[in-house]
Amino acid sequence: MSTKSDKVDRLGELSAVKQDERGVSLWAEAFRQLRRNPSAIVGASILLLFVIISIIGPWLAPYSPTDTMGIREGVIKPGLIPGPSAEHWLGYDHQGRDEFSRLLVGARQTLLVGVISTLIGLTIGALIGGIAGASAGLGGRIGRAVDGVLMRIVDMLLALPSLLLAVSIAALLGASLTTVMIAVGMVSVPVFARLLRGAMIAQSGGDYVLAATSLGVKKSKIAFTHILPNSLAPVIVQATLTLATAIIEAAALSFLGLGNPDSSIPEWGVMLADAQQYLGARPGLAIYPALGIIITALGFTLLGEAMREALDPKLRK
Amino acid sequence: MPLLDVKDLSVTFARRGQRTVRAVDGVSFSVEAGQVVGLVGESGCGKSVTSLALMGLLPKKRGVTIGGSAMFADDTDLLKTDERSMRDIRGRDIAMIFQDPLSSLNPVVPIGVQVTEVLSRHRGMQGEAARKEATDLLDKVGIPDPARRLKEYPHQLSGGMRQRALIAMAVACKPRLLIADEPTTALDVTIQAQILELLRGLVRESGTALVMITHDLGVVAGMCDTVNVLYAGRVVESARRKPLFAEPRHPYTHGLLGSVPRLDSARGERLHAIRGSVRDVLPWPDGCAFAPRCDRRVDACVGEPPALVESIHRHAYRCVNPEPVTAEVSS
Amino acid sequence: MIRFIVRRLLQLIPTLFGLSILLFIWLRRLPGGPETAILGERGTPELRAQIRANLGLDEPLLVQYGRFMQRMLKLDLGTSISTKREVTTEFLERFPGTVELTITAMIIAIGVGIPLGYLAARRRGSFLDSASVGGSLIGICVPVFFLAYVLKAVFSEELHMFPSSGRQDPTLGATRITNFFVLDGLMTREWDAALDALWHLVLPGIALASIPLAIIVRITRASVLEVLSEDYVRTAQSKGLSERTVRGRHILRNAMLPIVTVIGLLTGGLLSGAVLTETVFAFSGIGAFLYEAIANRDYPVLMGFIMIIAVFYVLVNLLVDVSYSLIDPRVRVR
Repeated sequence: MSTKSDKVDRLGELSAVKQDERGVSLWAEAFRQLRRNPSAIVGASILLLFVIISIIGPWLAPYSPTDTMGIREGVIKPGLIPGPSAEHWLGYDHQGRDEFSRLLVGARQTLLVGVISTLIGLTIGALIGGIAGASAGLGGRIGRAVDGVLMRIVDMLLALPSLLLAVSIAALLGASLTTVMIAVGMVSVPVFARLLRGAMIAQSGGDYVLAATSLGVKKSKIAFTHILPNSLAPVIVQATLTLATAIIEAAALSFLGLGNPDSSIPEWGVMLADAQQYLGARPGLAIYPALGIIITALGFTLLGEAMREALDPKLRK
Repeated sequence: MPLLDVKDLSVTFARRGQRTVRAVDGVSFSVEAGQVVGLVGESGCGKSVTSLALMGLLPKKRGVTIGGSAMFADDTDLLKTDERSMRDIRGRDIAMIFQDPLSSLNPVVPIGVQVTEVLSRHRGMQGEAARKEATDLLDKVGIPDPARRLKEYPHQLSGGMRQRALIAMAVACKPRLLIADEPTTALDVTIQAQILELLRGLVRESGTALVMITHDLGVVAGMCDTVNVLYAGRVVESARRKPLFAEPRHPYTHGLLGSVPRLDSARGERLHAIRGSVRDVLPWPDGCAFAPRCDRRVDACVGEPPALVESIHRHAYRCVNPEPVTAEVSS
Repeated sequence: MIRFIVRRLLQLIPTLFGLSILLFIWLRRLPGGPETAILGERGTPELRAQIRANLGLDEPLLVQYGRFMQRMLKLDLGTSISTKREVTTEFLERFPGTVELTITAMIIAIGVGIPLGYLAARRRGSFLDSASVGGSLIGICVPVFFLAYVLKAVFSEELHMFPSSGRQDPTLGATRITNFFVLDGLMTREWDAALDALWHLVLPGIALASIPLAIIVRITRASVLEVLSEDYVRTAQSKGLSERTVRGRHILRNAMLPIVTVIGLLTGGLLSGAVLTETVFAFSGIGAFLYEAIANRDYPVLMGFIMIIAVFYVLVNLLVDVSYSLIDPRVRVR
């Protein structure tokens, strides 16, 4: 009896190892494809630049981003914010601070907002989706019930206006950068949950799952060692794309006045939101951070789309 | 004069950064009215591309070059006709039957509409008249309860019924030429026979010429008047059916015939399989493309492409060291 | 089909019930309350308590919820705390604006997106293709409120082509029937009022359309490309059908399936309030009003509006499922 179950376990492990190899080659092949895809290269280069700036930006900045030198020197007057000059490449902001320095330093906060909020959404969403997908895949009355309840909750989250969700989170926690991160992250939870669940259910129909089941491998083991790893590709692609939307949504929340009220730590979304009031006097103040956000989001989007192409066997013709 | 006279048809696909592919490399054959002509070969030999080129259905993109001529009914070169006129010819004078009946039917449009749209396009039939004709057509191709089937969708039909429906669409305007591209490959064996029987009956009855594209020599043996064997984009052997089966001269044809299990061979006898795969080809300009897989290869096979040699009874083959004519078979 | 629709509508009831409970608890947990919004930071504790008592907020949560449900069943959504008007009245006044804006945006997004995506797919690799793919990638990455400001600055403040704010010129004194301003103008034959309302919709409509447009272009392109490689398109061409029949019946009909789903999701999203666009153009729809309601802790407005929005969201998705099954016979509606 025990020898038989040992044998089954061994067979299960063998098939699991085989599965891993397939998994590795999928990623290796995808990477190989990415390197040949020009939009992936462009996207990755943009992101690399963005990451470098966000790391060394404070040292590159010619001035302190918080020094209100324009006011001190008296060059800022009501209705007049001096534009680019030799000393100040992008001019002053509305509080007389060096705009170029603020942009360089602000990259870090922007990246942090994007990454952390995406991680929040990914973690919670994948947890819900993973449990739902595993329960649905395992089947049985209980499994289906768990899946049904979880998905109903996700549907409710989806039916709720996303910005409203974000705004009410901000009301609960007060306006701050943390609020923005949590709010933006929560909005993407249902997307990740549905995606992972869908992929896992699709995978559980795969032949290798049938093979493992026929070998007598435990269902829960199949779910976590076979189905889950093979369902991650779309989630990772989505995470890359969500990084872009997260940065944009964070800017929107700042625009609504829910961002970091302390403008001494520059962040592109807050800078853009602040600049709306001075659009008539200095449109540049809005355009620079907006361009920063657009280009960065574009970088994530390009890379994400290229990854989707590389990882989707259907698109790989 | 033949109904269709294809001369020196060539199709090349050029893609940036990749080697130019000569999918069809100087193919010539002709089809007499009412005749059944087979184009035989393994997948990738260029037979499907040939049919698409004749129908004017190859993508009109940069990099796709079509050469040669294909005279239809003495006055139209199918390869040089503009798209607008080709649209009048397609479905009316030349119709096509495809390999996979499920994917070849539009899943979201009822069978009836897919049949009547040909009728209204080419025969100006509308409404009740078109529906009546469509019902008759489905009946003719052996679909039971045709009036009900007209309202159904492809997924509601069985594989054989779908292929019958496709055939009904193809013969709707009584075309002079029918091109069937592997019409039975995707079907069960019992259904295959039924479909072939149906095709044979339709052709005999209406006098439509048929170009039968297949890799299945059984199909050829049962249906075709003449046979063209294609290899790597060229015709390597062409003959009437009987001599081809009795005395295949090209080693490739010989190999194809030998790889079919036969009831009358001894049980212990090995199947004669052709070595390697279609990918092991020599480019034609460098010699015979089949040489790398050939058992009868001689030095003369490499260097320049073998010419098409014609022997008696219009039996032509492209080989410098052909299979001998065995008295045993010819008896 | 009818059974399917009825069943889906019945499913709506437990969803709404669950949503109402979650929402009720969630809103009441927010710090502060309407009294803070009314009194600000000043106001004695007695005054605060007085206001809370007047609003019935001093009772146990369960009692409050019970009262809310009682009213809900009579389709009474209560009175707004901040405007003192019936929530239903507020909704009927503002929701038409959001609906008009959503319809405008979706007409732009669908009307431009599907043809552009289709052409891009048919001419794959052409300049048009690269331009629309590139454009749609950028379109997704531009913050909507920034685009709204740019549009407003250029086309309204610089070029004076379009009005910069509001839904209609109030000096026209247009008659109100349905609160759909364009429709009202048409119904009362006040053509200038209808045209003016339409004119007010252009800029916010474009701003709001930017992301749906980008998404529709891309999904259409991808979907058409996939359909183009299908055998049945070749079959249709082999029948000598006209370009129009091939395009409409054989390519687009099949390509529409994923597009319809996306359009449904996008419409549902827009209906739930285009807060940003409505704010920039001072366009009185539900978006900006809801945003204020959160700040004011206007519980009746929040509960009522969000519940109705959720109903619409579900209805739009139901519509998508129904049209999906109308297009694709393989999706059997049970």
